[in-house]
Amino acid sequence: MERNLTQIALFAALIAALGLIPKFNLPLGVPITGQSLGIMLAGTVLGAKRGALAVILFLGLVALGLPLLAGGRGGLGVFSGVTAGFLFGWVVAAYVTGLLAEAWAGKGNWISPAIAAAIGGILVLYPIGIVGMYLKLDASLMGLTKSMYAFIPGDLIKCVLAGLITNGLRKARPGMVAG
Amino acid sequence: MISLTSEVRTPYHRWWAGPKLLGLCLFTVATFYLDTPLSTGAVLAVLALGYLICGLRFARQGLRLLRPLIWVCMIIMGYHIAIRDIADGAVVCLRLAAAVAAANLVTLTTRLEDMLDVLERLFTRLHVSPRIRRRIALAIALVIRFIPELTRKGGTLIEAWRARSTKKFSWKLLLPFALLALDDAEQVAEALKARGGVE
Repeated sequence: MERNLTQIALFAALIAALGLIPKFNLPLGVPITGQSLGIMLAGTVLGAKRGALAVILFLGLVALGLPLLAGGRGGLGVFSGVTAGFLFGWVVAAYVTGLLAEAWAGKGNWISPAIAAAIGGILVLYPIGIVGMYLKLDASLMGLTKSMYAFIPGDLIKCVLAGLITNGLRKARPGMVAG
Repeated sequence: MISLTSEVRTPYHRWWAGPKLLGLCLFTVATFYLDTPLSTGAVLAVLALGYLICGLRFARQGLRLLRPLIWVCMIIMGYHIAIRDIADGAVVCLRLAAAVAAANLVTLTTRLEDMLDVLERLFTRLHVSPRIRRRIALAIALVIRFIPELTRKGGTLIEAWRARSTKKFSWKLLLPFALLALDDAEQVAEALKARGGVE
C-alpha cells in the first residue's frame, strides 16, 4: 500500500520535474522537453492503474493552480485552452500504455514498452487531443490531423527513450517495474 | 512551491472558492453559445474590466498568462482569412480568450488552501471514504514536497555531467533521473511503514 501511494506521488513529481529541468538533447541533437515522456514512463513503469493515477494527481495539482506544465503554465485556464484535449488524453494514454506494457512485461526487452508507449502516447492520445482542438476551434478535423504530423517524429523518439529507460530500470531494480 | 495565486489583493480573493468554481463552469459552458464577434467581444471586454478594477499590476499578470494564446490566435486567424471567414475566426479567438481569461481569474484569486478545501468538501459530499481522502491528501503533500527535491537532484545530475563532458547533457541522464524517483518512492514508503503505515 505505502509503495503504491509513494510511487504514484513520486511519478507525479517526476512528470512535473521533467517540465522544469532544461531541454534535453536527443541523439540527433534535437532539443525536446520531457513532460510527455514522463506520461509514457508513468504507464510503462507503474502500469495502467497507478500510471493513470499519477497523471491524474499531476493534472489535479495543475488545476489547483501550480505552474507545473512545461514553460511554467498551469491553473484552470489550461483546461479551457486549445490543448486541453491532450491533457485529458494523457490520463487515457498512460492507462493504455500501462495495460499493454503489463501484458508484454514477460518479454524483457526495450521494444515492447516502446511499442506500448507509441500506441498509448500517439495512437490513443492524438485523436483525443484533436477532438479537443476541434471543439474549441471550429476547424476541419482533417486539417487538424495534418497539423499533428509535425509532432510524430519527436514523439516516436520519446517512445524509444521510454522503452530504453523502462528496460534500464527493470535491470537496475528488478521486480519494481510493472511494464 | 510557488502557486499562480496573485500576491496583489483583490476583492475576488474574499469570494468563496466553491461558488467561484461553479460560476466558472457555467461561464465556460456559456461561451460555447457566443456566436457573433460583437457579443463575444462584449463578454471579453467585461472580463477585461473585471481585471482592470483590481489595478494595472494585476491586469498585467492576467495578460501575461494569456501570452501563449497569441500564437494560437494568429494561426486560427490565418486559417480563417485563407477561407475568407474572418468573422468566424474572430469569434473563435475571442471565445477562447474569454474562457481562458475567466479560468485564470479564478486561479489568480484563489489560494491553494481554499482550492484544497473545496476538493475536501466535494469528496465529503460524494461520500468518498475518509481513508481514501487521507490517502489523497498525503499523495498531494508528497508531490508538493518532492517536486523541488527531484528538480534539485536532476540539476545535480546535470552539473555532474557538465563537470565531465564538453557536450550538452543528453537523454542518457533520464535513466538515473527516473531511477531517483523510483528509489525515493521506495525510501518514503519504508519511512511511512516505520511510522505506522498508511491504512
